[in-house]
Amino acid sequence: MDFKGLLIILLSAVFINNYVLSKFLGICPFLGVSKKLNQAAGMSIAVIFVMLMATAVTYPIQKYLLDPNNLGFLQTIVFILVIASLVQLVEIILKRYIPSLHKSLGVYLPLITTNCAVLGVTILNITENYTFVQSMVNSLGSGLGFFLAMVMFSGVRSKIEGADVPKAFQGLPITLVAASITSLSFLGLTGVIENLFA
Amino acid sequence: MNETLTAVLTAVIPIVIIGIICAVVLVVASKVMAVKENEKIPAIRECLPGANCGACGFAGCDGYAKALAEGETTATNLCVPGGDTVSKKISEILGVEFEDVVEQVAVIHCAGDCKYTQDRVEYSGIQSCAAAKLIFGSKGDCPYGCLGFGDCLKACPNNAICIENGIAHVNTKLCVGCGLCTKACPNGLISLMADVERVVVTCSNKDKGAVTRKACKNGCIGCKKCEKVCSQNAIKVVNNLAVIDYSKCPDCDDFGACARECTTGCIMLSDFSGIHRVK
Repeated sequence: MDFKGLLIILLSAVFINNYVLSKFLGICPFLGVSKKLNQAAGMSIAVIFVMLMATAVTYPIQKYLLDPNNLGFLQTIVFILVIASLVQLVEIILKRYIPSLHKSLGVYLPLITTNCAVLGVTILNITENYTFVQSMVNSLGSGLGFFLAMVMFSGVRSKIEGADVPKAFQGLPITLVAASITSLSFLGLTGVIENLFA
Repeated sequence: MNETLTAVLTAVIPIVIIGIICAVVLVVASKVMAVKENEKIPAIRECLPGANCGACGFAGCDGYAKALAEGETTATNLCVPGGDTVSKKISEILGVEFEDVVEQVAVIHCAGDCKYTQDRVEYSGIQSCAAAKLIFGSKGDCPYGCLGFGDCLKACPNNAICIENGIAHVNTKLCVGCGLCTKACPNGLISLMADVERVVVTCSNKDKGAVTRKACKNGCIGCKKCEKVCSQNAIKVVNNLAVIDYSKCPDCDDFGACARECTTGCIMLSDFSGIHRVK
């Protein structure tokens, strides 16, 4: 296995192609749940978990069910269907067997059922022609990237809370401005990862 | 025709099959791995009005039912819109003693209608109090007063609020005391008050007397006359605004003196009996 290739996929998913800050997917939890650090972390861990699960399930469906039968055009709807039921199933299982984990992740799971970042990861894995292992690594990286963005942004937001914001910018406007600046900062990392292993 | 049909079927059938498989798995999983829920929760939930207003302090009626059933709270009298009847039913289910509900009504602490104050600007933007407040702070002379676009009216589930002469009024006979309007008012003019009270300060202006007077003839100028006439020391002028401590009102021997003596008439005497006392 090409370890270096996997490492590049992982790191570029975290830093370069960050789902929230570069591809603008999964913005709603990014703005909605990033107010407090522990909530942001809880949500992100749930997203990492669901991204991995979703990739593990949707990859075989694409390769062994849709592709051989020329049903590639059903990709989006089938993935939504499968991911939504999968997350529901995971929630039921967690509730029954690991109540403590359900308590900390449970509230976020229904939020993720149709999250575009999760759907985006599974579909991009296919379009990038990744192998199964590469897909899993990419999902892990995307999840970690989401985690990084959420945790960073919750820090930024806690700073904003104490800042003296002009009245017209209070609330959502200043949050969006902060989000765009945070996203700009990630632009500076472009090209770093590829050259790291050159 | 046949080709179209085949094309449609090739798309529909796999989706339906996958959907059915997912549905069956989920149903089986939810039956097999069902977690036993406290059977009191649906019973209590049944009694509650289902307005999800949050007056009890929990996240909706479901949250309150859960908190009661699991012993998080023992207070059966938190549902203000439900009143005594709901409290009685819940107490029966839980087998605890019935607690009286303090029925509340919303009161608007502003009476500066178009007779007493005038508009400072001509506002023609979005017809909402929150939007108008964002732009100029207020459209009238008084920066504390009712904006009159009816954000509270829109929040009210019982149509208990109306806008008359440019300010909001509560019809207490329709008010269930859910408190949704208190959150909707951008100036925080609305508060909940036990519906047995009879006096209320109908002003929220915290400016000094002269400034208030200029803005609105109904405004509290902080003259402290009410402080002096109150036999129970229940009224205090805080930040140039009279505040009534209702806990001392029941002992009052000259009831209504504060309203009678108020120099601007911003303390009003009235009947605020709510919906629960209408026979």
